[in-house]
Amino acid sequence: MTIRRHHDMGGLDAGPVDRSEHDYAMWEKRVDAIVKVLSTPDRKLLSTDELRRGIEELGPGVYDELSYYERWISSATNLLLEKGVITVDELGKKMAEVEARWIKDRETAE
Amino acid sequence: MSHDHTHDHTDYQPDIEDFPFTDRMVMTQAIAELIVEKGICTADELRQQIELMDSKEPALGARLVAKTWVDPEFKSRVLEDCAKAAAEIGIDIGDIPIKAIENTEDVHNVVVCTLCSCYPRMLIGLPPDWYKSRAYRSRAVKEPRKVLEEFGTHIPDNVEVRVHDSTADLRYLVLPARPDGTADWDERKLAQLITRDSMVGVTPAKSPDDT
Repeated sequence: MTIRRHHDMGGLDAGPVDRSEHDYAMWEKRVDAIVKVLSTPDRKLLSTDELRRGIEELGPGVYDELSYYERWISSATNLLLEKGVITVDELGKKMAEVEARWIKDRETAE
Repeated sequence: MSHDHTHDHTDYQPDIEDFPFTDRMVMTQAIAELIVEKGICTADELRQQIELMDSKEPALGARLVAKTWVDPEFKSRVLEDCAKAAAEIGIDIGDIPIKAIENTEDVHNVVVCTLCSCYPRMLIGLPPDWYKSRAYRSRAVKEPRKVLEEFGTHIPDNVEVRVHDSTADLRYLVLPARPDGTADWDERKLAQLITRDSMVGVTPAKSPDDT
């Protein structure tokens, strides 16, 4: 018997299709752009197959908790770490910097 | 790491609507800045890519389909090689092949990507939420008629339903059937009947009464 992996859902039972839609937020478009730009033939830092493998490797819990583009950026980031394009340290520092800047921006905006 | 980056951080401020921000939004911003700082790409390139995808709308696919309705030879070429035919009318479908499939009075086609979310984005833009949902991906291949009913589409029993499961290397575009009562319509007017959902196959093209 083949064990079905979590993303492989074709043919399973599920509830009715929720047809509501949302407009893509700017950050979601940015995730899409990052992935496309890193996948260009002159860079080949990511491929569609690698991105999908990274998404599948998030595991059942995370897969369902995250939204679509949250899965994408999680996978892309893991792949960039795996390939040594960025380091955990660089990522951690940059995320802290971005978060601090946004908190400050928000305070200024209020 | 280079410290001489000069791009304007204000370009990247999240929209007010985005607050409160999430970890993944912070991560997205961090990755965008890191790859620019490392010289892997420029901030301009990221912006241009966003603009490119914003420009990919169902209207492109609709233009292609409308031409297949009025020009049978063009339709043959679209069915044969969608990329080449699209290029004839100035549409670049990119590197990933798209196969066009035609609805007829005997066959109704519908497209899904059970494994992820592959979609003919270069012809009709980014996929709607339901296309990526567990419900649609799971059930479209098992009980397509029932799923289509949920979109208000009833396919008579004498019409075969074919479900096409997209992959990373091959995407599908449905050529919906031309509605009755449009014999004297030109391409531009016809294109208004061709919706995104009709090119995914979950609905027919709009009828002339709907416009």
